[in-house]
Amino acid sequence: MIFERRCETMSRDELRRLQGERLHAMLRRVYEAVPFYRRKLDESGVTPESVRSLDDLPRLPFTLKTDFRDQYPFGMFAVPMSKVVRVHASSGTTGKPVVVGYTRNDIALWARTVARTLAAGGGTRRDILQIAYGYGLFTGGLGLHYGGEKLGATVVPMSGGNTHRQVMLMQDFGTTLLCCTPSYALEIAEVAEELHVNLRDLPLRAGFFGAEPWSQEMRRKIEERMGIEAFDIYGLTEVIGPGVACECRAHNGLHVFEDHFYPEIVDPVSGAPLPDGQRGELVLTCFTKEAGPLIRYRTRDLTALHREPCACGRTLTRMERVSGRTDDMLIIRGVNVFPSQIETALLQVQGVAPHYLIIVDRKGPLDEIEIQVEVDEALFSDQVRNLEMLQRRLAHEVHGSLGLSAKITLVEPKTIERTPGKAKRVIDRRKL
Amino acid sequence: MNVRQIGLFIENRAGRLQTVAQRLGDAGIDIRALSLADTSDFGILRLIVNRTEDAVAVLKQAGFTLKLAEVVAAEIPDRAGGLASVLAVLEAAGMNVEYMYAFVEKTASQAVLVFRFNDPAAAVQALQQVGIRVLQEADVGRL
Repeated sequence: MIFERRCETMSRDELRRLQGERLHAMLRRVYEAVPFYRRKLDESGVTPESVRSLDDLPRLPFTLKTDFRDQYPFGMFAVPMSKVVRVHASSGTTGKPVVVGYTRNDIALWARTVARTLAAGGGTRRDILQIAYGYGLFTGGLGLHYGGEKLGATVVPMSGGNTHRQVMLMQDFGTTLLCCTPSYALEIAEVAEELHVNLRDLPLRAGFFGAEPWSQEMRRKIEERMGIEAFDIYGLTEVIGPGVACECRAHNGLHVFEDHFYPEIVDPVSGAPLPDGQRGELVLTCFTKEAGPLIRYRTRDLTALHREPCACGRTLTRMERVSGRTDDMLIIRGVNVFPSQIETALLQVQGVAPHYLIIVDRKGPLDEIEIQVEVDEALFSDQVRNLEMLQRRLAHEVHGSLGLSAKITLVEPKTIERTPGKAKRVIDRRKL
Repeated sequence: MNVRQIGLFIENRAGRLQTVAQRLGDAGIDIRALSLADTSDFGILRLIVNRTEDAVAVLKQAGFTLKLAEVVAAEIPDRAGGLASVLAVLEAAGMNVEYMYAFVEKTASQAVLVFRFNDPAAAVQALQQVGIRVLQEADVGRL
């Protein structure tokens, strides 16, 4: 189903005209209302009047995550506080969080783009939507909540954690749609197995997973264990939260709701625009949010864009699954490594559970990587040489994809910590 | 039914073996035979117990990764040269032993050799042809 058919299927020409108009209007607005942007535009010698179409976009300056920190807490807001009805903030791991504001119209817009997301995965008002994203300052819980209500589904605001109860409500309420992080979905599947609850027998039929990078193999594992169709969803606090882009049932990339959030790909180092199909850093411009318009925000997420028509009928640009972040990139012995690359390599070896932990240390002059992999029944053998062969195959795959030698340690199930939020995949013990 | 062996993955760290023994002991399950293969990182514990299903349930509950395997338990007189004579039979039949271990019965003067083969049925046949007694799981439970 397409929730806002007119917006999601308009011709590329019409869309481009609309985006040009919205860009122009947004620049005029922020130039007047946000001193930070006025200064930034003045410095780069761009006047709002000179920007008439998307062709002018590359002339505009970038907005960085550090800009939010510098303008903390409310300096990026483009409306007076009397118009701001809600704030959210990202879980900042260092320093101050990123704070974003929403007007009443922004909340309504957000609900519509999340409703589009749920509808793209086949959600309707007849669904029972269990939200296992955290509620609070984090955008995941409340974002899906308002979108679910906008769609007309029955929303179960369970929030994250309390996994036994998650499974109980799935059974008792007949939950049909689940939203959470992909690593938490696996945790729910494991707990269900311990409780001898077969999720495949329940009405649960689709899941909307995002907020952390995950792999195709992890998707297959979730789909198989839960008996559902899994949808990758994308969003970030700085832009609006969930509801920026989502997969449709064609599962051929994520449609970006570019009538509101315009995507570009740039070289992460030089900032130069990259052509369609080429992988680089995603940059988003937010045209229509009243409290938080954004000019060319550097997301630090790595992906590529495709504009060919999609089988679902949407004309919106598709972004590939996010394959890593420019900022969780590890540099090991001078090689750029993303945890997602290691995950993909590990999962090439059939049967490896997607629970792993990368430990980077420097004991002598060289960086050392240890990858702990949990041994599940699928890959356990009672013969030592088979397990040693498994270790060698895992090391071989990692070496093949990264060019680095890693020590593979096989560990018992459940020894790697599970978290309801974003999975911790890397421990960096180097003191650099 | 041939004897079933429980193979368990255990990390090479303090207390893991004790945990296994404790869980089985608490459940009143007797260990009939045991063998541990280890590397510097991990070990594989192989167990034959008197109540296999119960032991599997208890160990799974405790979070262990395990696998059941069919092994061949051959009973021979406990005297010098006993093992060599059985191995000679297997060698002659072209059977490849993946691994083996042995224990001595408490009451009779018999020893039990436990073998893991790729093709247990063929091994059983080779042993029985020369009159070597192959134990069933129920026999081992009674020992």
